[in-house]
Amino acid sequence: MSGRDEPIVLGIETSCDETGVGLVRGHTLLANTIASSMEEHARFGGVVPEVASRAHLEAMAPTVESALDKAGLRFSDIDAVAVTAGPGLAGALLVGVAAAKAYALGLGVPLYGVNHLAAHVAVDQLEHGPLPKPSIALLVSGGHSSLLLVPDVAQDVISLGSTVDDAAGEAFDKVARVLGLPFPGGPHIDRSATSGSGTAIAFPRGKYDDGTLDFSFSGLKTAVARWVEARTAAGETVPVADVAASFQEAVVDVLTRKALQACRRYDVKDLLIGGGVAANSRLRALAQERCDAAGVRLRVPRPGLCTDNGAMVAALGSELVAAGIRPSALDIPADSSLPITAVHV
Amino acid sequence: MLVLALDTATPAVTAALHDGSRVLAESTTVDARRHGELLAPAVERVLRDCDASLRDVTVIVAGSGPGPYTGLRVGLMTASALAATVGVHAYGVCTLDAIAFASGRTEPFLVATDARRKEVFWARYGDARTRLDGPRVDRPHDLPAELPVIGAGARMYAETIGGDRVGDPEYPSAGALAALAAEHLAGLAPERAAELARVPDGRIDSVEQASGLAVLGPARPIYLRRPDAQIPGAPKKVLEQARRGEPRDERGVVSGQ
Ligand SMILES: [Zn+2]
Repeated sequence: MSGRDEPIVLGIETSCDETGVGLVRGHTLLANTIASSMEEHARFGGVVPEVASRAHLEAMAPTVESALDKAGLRFSDIDAVAVTAGPGLAGALLVGVAAAKAYALGLGVPLYGVNHLAAHVAVDQLEHGPLPKPSIALLVSGGHSSLLLVPDVAQDVISLGSTVDDAAGEAFDKVARVLGLPFPGGPHIDRSATSGSGTAIAFPRGKYDDGTLDFSFSGLKTAVARWVEARTAAGETVPVADVAASFQEAVVDVLTRKALQACRRYDVKDLLIGGGVAANSRLRALAQERCDAAGVRLRVPRPGLCTDNGAMVAALGSELVAAGIRPSALDIPADSSLPITAVHV
Repeated sequence: MLVLALDTATPAVTAALHDGSRVLAESTTVDARRHGELLAPAVERVLRDCDASLRDVTVIVAGSGPGPYTGLRVGLMTASALAATVGVHAYGVCTLDAIAFASGRTEPFLVATDARRKEVFWARYGDARTRLDGPRVDRPHDLPAELPVIGAGARMYAETIGGDRVGDPEYPSAGALAALAAEHLAGLAPERAAELARVPDGRIDSVEQASGLAVLGPARPIYLRRPDAQIPGAPKKVLEQARRGEPRDERGVVSGQ
């Protein structure tokens, strides 16, 4: 199959606060439409699951319609439906899974329940073409911090390490709060850090030399909070830009260090970075620098494909169709703790 | 007319096909934790039982609750997505109305279903077809006295309500839901039918007392409760916390006040 003959896959993503709908033909992106409930969560300082679930139910039909419009397609053009079956927020996942089953049933096309993390990996193929086998993937967002070995994104993904406490994006949110910056914290810290020095304050780097490929960001987050409080208590002005830059440097130093350790350990020459934190400018820069030094090729999808979206789910679905994987049954559950060993369910 | 009806607002996951005069097929499974797994296969099953295809369906109706939200959303999401693919209208009908309708009662009574947190969703009826008040959410001992109470909420709180007041049915059936909807859809002008199905703009949360007393409405949930979420205050001081040995949850936010 190639070009216009390739099947069109509808992808649905509702694992957190974004209602994502994507349409993909083979490796070609046709539409990537997102409705976010982030504004409603901002005042709570974090994603509220029930608020997210309510928003998904309301946003689903209009978002699907808008994706079809954008792609110039009709429901009858869809050849398969893929959906995030996990991991994620249970109630939020369930809305997407129910929708996907109904679309598949209503259209009489196969359903593919897929793993959210594997979808973050598969999406890069829409931008940079087929993923070398194997690749290493570093996925960093408010919900995950994972290092994966990816022999084949359609059927074989192996977890090498993950965070033992906070996700990297979570640490960004919490430090932003300590610094009085808005939620979600990532973009604000990134911006603030551009006018600060990453070496101004020596914040701790958790699990830096422990030989594992796991991460820890909880100690760093607490260290930043203590540092800021001590200045405030002493009546000093907090140098927000320097704190942001030094905190950010500590996070990206650990992330890129472990990612390249993984490349070395498994003798892999291709590194992919995905997830919302992949939009961080310092992470991109340092990763590029270290990849160049190590002779590793770096792939980072554009920001709209890094954050949670429906195109990534469609991209993985498309991969499963091409690989001749058997479709999912209509009774698959939404699994909030779906392991990465289950690329599809 | 071929009505596909479904309801997931109670532990009963139920789907049925109705031709405007009778139930052609029905599937009901009671399992409070597996609405997401059970519903789509149930829809498939009732279609197969009638040798019908979704393309034959002319209208889709879902119980709009009130009911535990996670399960409730499965039915409404399924109904609206199916309707979009088939190109028919999707309606919501208050789940308590379907239970009332199935009872066939001619005297006043209450319907009560489990709302969790030691509360019930309830409404008051003049007869099987006439809702007079509700739906609301309250504690069982706050229900109006003396009237008979049907629905699983009555059975759960029989001690509070009084065993002699408890009646059937316990759960909604999609067959009854379809029959009730069919009654209201018959003779409805196409423009009026389209108007009733249209989902209004604006957040559901702002119209929680959504359904009023009309039987047919858009396929959207009746929530009756706002999401549990607290707006955080200023970040607590880590140093003070450490000194006072206050507990912190795993997200690093101070628990308690
Ligand atoms: Zn994600």
